[in-house]
Amino acid sequence: MAAFNHLKNNSSDWLMLRALVLIATISGLLVVMSFSLSKPYIESNKQQAIDKALFELVVNASDKKEFIIAGDKILPASELMQLKQEQSSEAEIKPLYALYNKQEKLISLALQAEASGYQDKIQILYTFDPKCQCIRGIKVLKMAETPGIGDKISSDKDFLQNFIELDTSLNEDWGTLKNKIVSVKHGKKRHLWEIDSISGATISSSAVARMLNQSAQQFVPIIMKHLSFLQSKVLHRKPGQQGKAVLELSHE
Amino acid sequence: MNNKQESMSNTDQYEQISSDTFLRGLWKENPVFVMLLGMCPVLAVTNSAINALAMGVASTFVLLSSNALVSLLRDFIPKQVRIASYIIIIATFVTMVDYAIQAISLDLYNALGAFIQLIVVNCIILGRAEAYASKQPLPQVLLNSLGMGAGFTFALLCLGSVREILGTGSLFGLMLFSENFQPWVIMILPPGGFFVLGSWLLLFNYLAMRKKQNISLNQDVTLRQESSDAG
Amino acid sequence: MQADSLTYIFLNSAIVNNFVLAMFLGICPFLGVSAKKDTAISMGLAVIFVMLVSSATAYGVNAILMAFNIEYLRLICYIAVIASAVQLVEMTMKKYTPSLFRALGIYLPLITTNCAILGVALFQTSREYNFIQSMVFSLGAGTGFTLALLLMAGLRQQLELAKIPNVSQGAALTLMLAGLLSLAFMGFTGMGA
Repeated sequence: MAAFNHLKNNSSDWLMLRALVLIATISGLLVVMSFSLSKPYIESNKQQAIDKALFELVVNASDKKEFIIAGDKILPASELMQLKQEQSSEAEIKPLYALYNKQEKLISLALQAEASGYQDKIQILYTFDPKCQCIRGIKVLKMAETPGIGDKISSDKDFLQNFIELDTSLNEDWGTLKNKIVSVKHGKKRHLWEIDSISGATISSSAVARMLNQSAQQFVPIIMKHLSFLQSKVLHRKPGQQGKAVLELSHE
Repeated sequence: MNNKQESMSNTDQYEQISSDTFLRGLWKENPVFVMLLGMCPVLAVTNSAINALAMGVASTFVLLSSNALVSLLRDFIPKQVRIASYIIIIATFVTMVDYAIQAISLDLYNALGAFIQLIVVNCIILGRAEAYASKQPLPQVLLNSLGMGAGFTFALLCLGSVREILGTGSLFGLMLFSENFQPWVIMILPPGGFFVLGSWLLLFNYLAMRKKQNISLNQDVTLRQESSDAG
Repeated sequence: MQADSLTYIFLNSAIVNNFVLAMFLGICPFLGVSAKKDTAISMGLAVIFVMLVSSATAYGVNAILMAFNIEYLRLICYIAVIASAVQLVEMTMKKYTPSLFRALGIYLPLITTNCAILGVALFQTSREYNFIQSMVFSLGAGTGFTLALLLMAGLRQQLELAKIPNVSQGAALTLMLAGLLSLAFMGFTGMGA
């Protein structure tokens, strides 16, 4: 940039401005073009990744429906746009996936959770079984943990054993979990709500415990309250009637 | 690098296209092994061969397209704002690659992480724009950048395959050894990156030294022959 | 220790996940400017300073971009922010601390292409740090960079007196040393758990 000492008359100012404006225009066009061209592909990729994880976690599922948790209500995902128009998107909106078997019975629910791990955010998908009020499995969607150490949270068989039945049963008043989900040292697991850490990867393991605890504390009570709505599969009604149905259910 | 820059600015003529325009980036002026440029992605994403390949291809694309644009606009960009212009051009193409990779494969995108966006500050690209693309016409620039990109990809693959084979016992995800193979995990961890790159450089140093010795030996022999002939 | 407490962020970015030795950011100056201890310190200080300025600015820029929903311009804005932050630091130093400016002179423009700076800006965005966390993170990253540079410079100054095989002269040996340092830093893995 020492070149600024060069002649500074009007014509060179004009040349610089012209060049910068042209380049900014070209780059703006290219960036916006690539953004809008790639957007549908990126979204379908994300959706596919979630679908794949869902059906790997719940093997006997044959159908999937998407809902959203907004505040303490559960709505079908198709009402997302309407919701955004009504409220100025103040309440936190969280996607919820419901999985049904061939007999159209609700067998599992799935949610995403995230927390910061050893290097970057860890994002997982976990399935919640309302029958036993427990977590039935997790799948890591995104992480940047150390290869060979922290990334075992997605592959280590002993660690994944924790999530075959991880207790998330609620208190009597259905407000919070009876027991906090915590990670304990390797080999010290005594209760169903404890997570046996991977030795050498305690930070990654405790990150998983933290995100599960946070997410379950917040959403399990809501899910249990609206369970009959999720089981009843009223999803095929017209959009107008659905808001009503939700309201009635939440009054119960 | 510096020598080259000087010699380029001294000669105001365009370079003749020859096989060397392409090939020197691959070997004689290999950006990684010879010029030691762009080391950050070389070390960071080479823990598997497939990541290395993807990074190489992405960098090559950015190198090729940004340098092509720089070359086309070379008479249009005033000297005073050239660095700013180059950086904006490079950042544009990197953003495009970033979205393209996300659209192609999310797994790959997650594996490469922030290093796709960090292609912006890869010194090879800015260095090539400044030293070559801003002075040469399009065909030469295309060939040269392609060669440099190939050289960069080649270097990444050299590291990536060695690290993957030693660190996990596989190559491009295919298992090479039986189950009894105990992977040398350190090789896919950060220290392994330094060690493997250091070893490659040692190898090239050794080869270069042997070549030099051979040449001087040959010269000695010819000299002796000449002297004995004369005698 | 919580993964988003300030102490953890600082220690993690400075030592456990050292920017140079574990994340491979800023390797070029690490190999280039680590021959002498005093230049290493100067470079380190300059980097810390630019990091803090650009991290704070990047935080503001990101907030604006998010408000207008134009995140796709993030990379271009960040690199422009960094280039101007370097320019700004250069001008301020020239005016108020000319002696420091002379000492750092040649290293300042180099910082623009230091990927550690852009790395800080990108990571603080992807980890969704708030303003205070971002500042602590960039301070930690800068400290880590300076630490690595200083250790390397110390080693290389000692090496000048040692007899080494001709083959390993130059970058090859520096990389091997960096590998050993990185191995040593891996010992901090799990700290703060």
